[in-house]
Amino acid sequence: MSIANNFETVEVHTDILILGGGMAACGAAYEAAHWAKKNNLSVTLVDKASMDRSGAVAMGLSAINMYLGLKEGKNTLSDYVKYVKNDLMGIARDDLVANIGRHVDASVHLFEKWGLPIWKDEDGKYVNEGRWQIMIHGESYKTIVAEAAKNALAELGDKGQYIERVFITDPIMDGDRCVGAIGFSVRENKVYIFRAKTVLATMGGAVHVFKPKSVGEGLGRSWYPPFNSGASAYFTLKAGAEMTCQEVRFVPVRFKDAYGPVGAWFLLFKAQATNALGENYMQTRAPELEKWAPYGEAKPTPTNLRNYLMMLEIEEGKGPIFMRTDEAIQRIVDSIPDEKEAKRKLKELEKEAWEDFLDMTVSQALLWASTNIKPEEKPSEISATEPYFISSHSGASGAWVSGPEDLAPEGYKWGYPNMTTVRGLFAAGDASGASSHKFSSGSFTEGRIAAKAAASFCVDNPDLPALPEERLNELKEGMLKPLELFNTHKGYTQDPNINPNYIRPQMFMFRLQKIMDEYAGGASSGFKTSAPLLEKGLENLAMLREDMASLAAEDTHELMRCWENIHRIWQAESHIRTMLFREETRWPGYYFRSDFPELKEEDWKCFANCRWNPESGEWEMLKRDVIDMVD
Amino acid sequence: MPSFVITEKCDGCKALDRTACQYICPNDLMVLDRESSKAINRAPDMCWECYNCVKICPTQAIEVRGYADFMPLGGVVQPLRSSDAIMWTVKFRDGQIKRFKFPTRTTPEGSAVPDAGFETSSDDLKSPLLRTEPASTGMDDLEKI
Repeated sequence: MSIANNFETVEVHTDILILGGGMAACGAAYEAAHWAKKNNLSVTLVDKASMDRSGAVAMGLSAINMYLGLKEGKNTLSDYVKYVKNDLMGIARDDLVANIGRHVDASVHLFEKWGLPIWKDEDGKYVNEGRWQIMIHGESYKTIVAEAAKNALAELGDKGQYIERVFITDPIMDGDRCVGAIGFSVRENKVYIFRAKTVLATMGGAVHVFKPKSVGEGLGRSWYPPFNSGASAYFTLKAGAEMTCQEVRFVPVRFKDAYGPVGAWFLLFKAQATNALGENYMQTRAPELEKWAPYGEAKPTPTNLRNYLMMLEIEEGKGPIFMRTDEAIQRIVDSIPDEKEAKRKLKELEKEAWEDFLDMTVSQALLWASTNIKPEEKPSEISATEPYFISSHSGASGAWVSGPEDLAPEGYKWGYPNMTTVRGLFAAGDASGASSHKFSSGSFTEGRIAAKAAASFCVDNPDLPALPEERLNELKEGMLKPLELFNTHKGYTQDPNINPNYIRPQMFMFRLQKIMDEYAGGASSGFKTSAPLLEKGLENLAMLREDMASLAAEDTHELMRCWENIHRIWQAESHIRTMLFREETRWPGYYFRSDFPELKEEDWKCFANCRWNPESGEWEMLKRDVIDMVD
Repeated sequence: MPSFVITEKCDGCKALDRTACQYICPNDLMVLDRESSKAINRAPDMCWECYNCVKICPTQAIEVRGYADFMPLGGVVQPLRSSDAIMWTVKFRDGQIKRFKFPTRTTPEGSAVPDAGFETSSDDLKSPLLRTEPASTGMDDLEKI
């Protein structure tokens, strides 16, 4: 008897289907509920975890990194668009960035009303960490936002619902239109089929595609959470959507090993990073930036170039690299003449420094405690991590989405705002590309934009599409196959981990990570790659893809791990193919093409897009124009 | 190891309608062990050390022992979370102890009102104005580029 027979099939019909539970998904639920109520639509959100603490903000945050301060006249929208584009070395969708930018402050004002404590100065104004960042007491940030999203869904009565602990595997297509999604419960023997008029992909970025630097217990201490496993990229690719910036990974430089945030240290405390000799490499290596003009010469220096200068130091053997926390604190304290006041300030700074970690990366506080580090007394090491796929931060990979009607130039709009090139399929947060620096607040905001557009799509396309029955059975069988495989073969060997009939997901993940690390410019390859390496990587990846059919799972938890790795492999392949396509080096510090070591503005100041064609199974690579909306 | 469960303190949330740590873990790691009826972190090397299980545990049975592949032994960071604040105790390897308390929210739990007192000015699905806008932007209209 097939394992599938042990699974109950639950069919859910909804107008707007939101996949994911993080910031973008909560924004989508919040907004969708409002427009659904006005237009008699239903909304369903599906989360692989528990909304209170799911997604990248699960642990909390110590800052909101996207707040423009428009009502205070602190900045203009154009300032922000310029900043984002330069940070991405000239490659960004100005229309998408501007659209998020004009709404994001409103989202932050809502967070504050809902109960998020935002730091205020003596005049009651938000305290800026940097130009675009404001400080928060953010331990409960996600809990508060999830609560508002749930309360919004509750306003819809039985037309609004959220379903937790259901892992989505695949899109359901009806020709060129996305009409739903299929998944399974990780807690019960249930398969879920969602039939919907519109689908929003808001399932975050991808972690553990590359081999991380810590491979023992510390494997889980990724900078971005290990549960963001490429579901968005897979879902949109599988639906046949055009993708953009799949080569634009992000490599954060963070406090070494525990990956605590550096933003507050650089921006709020004005600390310097230096090599072991005490030299500030941003100053000593400034001439290097000229090679990457015009981006390298603009301020602030793009994130990847700051990384790159640090990597050059390490290559020359000038490590370790230190964040001079002690000097920064001393400098602030020394600037206060009154001794008593200076002491009080020292205490305050110490508390702020610890909160920065305790709010969002507790492990870093634990590492300080474990190594007897008091930041006011001793500097801490910083280091490059491993590559991540996160378009909400300083990466850019995601689906190519339609721009807003009133802002987007021709060529950037083909329908509803934030709709992918697939009808009925919308993307936001880490799922949509080329609109970096959204962070938590911008991802929430983009979810709102996409959800309103999705509601509009539902009203314009009122028929609930039929589901392709035969295809559903195929998807269901395929989804549960790893359970079947394990069950059939488990008795063959003494050790269930070593069995020639199958591969368990953890080893499968290690194989993927090793390929990516060694051929696609991972951390241990110094983030360098080339066409011959990438081609060899693709060859190895092809066999790994074949072995997806041999993944085995003991239970539904492990079944989720199998699918997470199937998702990762698609993110990996689109990454390799797009790096191979772009014959230049544009983001040194993220990756370096040793066979094309220079920036080539004439040929490559454009988007490198890709699409997996569902009919032919072939990959298509294409260039798209970068259209400047600000000077 | 990330989070671990102290055998003596865990009661498997017997009196509650759900096992708290299992409910909250974003990576589906915390699970009730059938034999002992107590919780266990089933895959410590997939643990993000997000502390959500530690914060939610009603019997304070969960703590974190830092990743052994890079953290020296002896450090402890333990939170105690109430409805509006969190108190952290940081114990250093050398025995020194520091305590920090931070606010976590300014409103009662459960009270977030979606519209937050802002009106939505347009019912037009094609307008760029979102729910609560433009009131919530603090300006008369959306900023232009």
